[in-house]
Amino acid sequence: MTADRSLELTTDRALKLAAIGTAAGVFSGLFGVGGGTVMVPLLVLWLGYGPRAATGTSLAAIVFIAGFAAATQGAYGNVHVLDAILIGVPAVGGVLIGTWLQQRMPTRSISLLFAAVLVASAAELLAR
Amino acid sequence: MIAAIAIGVCAGILAGLLGVGGGVLFVPGLVIFLGLGQHQAEATSLLAIIPVAIVGTFKQDGYGNVRRRDALLMGLLSIAGATAGVALANALSGTVLRVGFALLMVLVAIQLVRKTMSEQAGDTHPPQAEATCVNHPDSPDKP
Repeated sequence: MTADRSLELTTDRALKLAAIGTAAGVFSGLFGVGGGTVMVPLLVLWLGYGPRAATGTSLAAIVFIAGFAAATQGAYGNVHVLDAILIGVPAVGGVLIGTWLQQRMPTRSISLLFAAVLVASAAELLAR
Repeated sequence: MIAAIAIGVCAGILAGLLGVGGGVLFVPGLVIFLGLGQHQAEATSLLAIIPVAIVGTFKQDGYGNVRRRDALLMGLLSIAGATAGVALANALSGTVLRVGFALLMVLVAIQLVRKTMSEQAGDTHPPQAEATCVNHPDSPDKP
């Protein structure tokens, strides 16, 4: 088993984590997302994470990243707190449903539906 | 109000499924249905992501998928990048940001389709088996 050695916090590992965190931070601040799109593939490619550990670990990092970015945006006066509560609180219910689905059933059709929603929303944004 | 709640629930489901924060749906939802500008939508999305990510982290931790020390290190070291990213966003026009964001959404959609297709093709590792196996090599922190 190489698992123990791969988990040691070597300088190399720490530098890679710092680079991933920084890249995710820039991405998060620039686009208003958590940065998981950047972190998950980099954790898999650079640090040998499995996909599940990569998504779980990136989600935990997002709490800090989104916190820093939201605080900075707050200083610019861009945050609409009431709207954030209106979408954020129902989203907590959604995430429980999503996690439950993910662990229990094949999610192919749901995933493809979301992909279609994303492309349609992208088209709507571009049409504005 | 109903639109906002619907956006929230959908973004949350996507977040739970993919293990992301949900921002990729929060931002367009806030622009399209609540009429926010691109900068305000991005900023508001960041705040809305926080409770989603906290709850998602607890759930994922329960499945043994969170490597806490790595997450803490990455999260805390993101501060310079996050500050720079926000400064960059505020220096760009809403139109440029919106086009960039639309490209990001297409990229995420492609990722989603590819992931779905690869799971379908090589289905030797059903997700439910992987997730409930406490000794999975992905989760060495949880013996």
